[in-house]
Amino acid sequence: MQNRTLEVGVGLFLLAGLLAFLLLALRVSGLTVGADNTYKVYASFDNIAGLTVRSKVTMAGVTIGKVSAIDLDRDSYMGRVTMQLDEAVNNLPADSTASILTAGLLGEKYIGISVGGEEEVLGEGGTIHDTQSSLVLEDLIGKFLLNSVNKDQAN
Amino acid sequence: MRKTSVLERVRLFGRAGIDLLGTLGRSVIFLLRALFGRSSTGNGFQLLVKQLYSVGVMSLAIIVVSGVFIGMVLSLQGFSILAQYGSEQAVGQMVALTLLRELGPVVTALLFAGRAGSALTAEIGNMKSTEQLSSLAMIGVDPLKYIVAPRLWAGFISMPLLAMIFSVVGIWGGSMVAIDWLGVYEGSFWANMQNSVSFREDVLNGVIKSIVFAFVVTWIAVFQGYDCEPTSEGISRATTKTVVYASLAVLGLDFILTALMFGDF
Repeated sequence: MQNRTLEVGVGLFLLAGLLAFLLLALRVSGLTVGADNTYKVYASFDNIAGLTVRSKVTMAGVTIGKVSAIDLDRDSYMGRVTMQLDEAVNNLPADSTASILTAGLLGEKYIGISVGGEEEVLGEGGTIHDTQSSLVLEDLIGKFLLNSVNKDQAN
Repeated sequence: MRKTSVLERVRLFGRAGIDLLGTLGRSVIFLLRALFGRSSTGNGFQLLVKQLYSVGVMSLAIIVVSGVFIGMVLSLQGFSILAQYGSEQAVGQMVALTLLRELGPVVTALLFAGRAGSALTAEIGNMKSTEQLSSLAMIGVDPLKYIVAPRLWAGFISMPLLAMIFSVVGIWGGSMVAIDWLGVYEGSFWANMQNSVSFREDVLNGVIKSIVFAFVVTWIAVFQGYDCEPTSEGISRATTKTVVYASLAVLGLDFILTALMFGDF
């Protein structure tokens, strides 16, 4: 009889361990089981500074996908971003705009897509041509300084 | 005071080196024989269940309680720093990554060394000093298979499970403090966490870490008990050694494993 309670205790312990593993996988890391219903869309940016793989892709503030790869296009010297978008949002017009935005002043970078007006939609492997690059603070400061110098010279 | 000659000192140094190598060699042979030796009589599964109970189930309480508190403290500290930058919703990500990558495996291993490791050493050491081990060998039962192997396996199995339970409970404690007390929005707490925690890189690497720690801590604990001087003083020294060596080994290995897993080079 004493052996029985022992075995029940061990069984519960093993179950708790497995449950913890499942919770970590599904709830904490957000792993989805089975085939994910997404399609690929590409976009090229002049500057992707700060964007990383797994960054969010949003539309009207709602997350509709994530960045799955970032590489440099050898011919055009632009950063090519591969996005996995939700199959549920398969009606994006082909002339939609993708811009790299920042959450808060110092927050993470993400891609925001604004809708275009064309009838044709972006399909699997489609490319967004109208893009707006990441805002680089150093460039802005540089431009600002240059402006003030020019003004001084003009005076 | 007698003056020791230079040669004598060199001899003592060499002796210490030989002793160290001898201990290392014995511990490896001990491990291999315990794990892969021919199995002897007795129901191995029953023995394992019994050890899983005393090593794993009995450690649950300390693991769960310290997990909750560590998660809560992390959340509180993280919040007060992140709030200065206006990004307090990132507290979920911070708590989850800290627990999964570092604190879960490491603190579990340290607690395990103190709670279960010292008990293993003392138990086996006492068996040795009361000559139970040699009596077993006398009646033809290999003590390595009957006493040592079930304890080793119980440690290997239960510590990764304990580490995962620790992380889950810690994240729960952290979410409780962040969401219910500090008023972080629940949706962004979990979404931020899920966006930044990757299953393979964070969860699985954490589990691999805890498997390595389980191996090292249990090995040290059981070997120290088996190899101790069969006196009360010897047992107490072996128990101290278990906790000290196991903690140092865990912290040192943690640095190496972190450098290999997250070092990016």
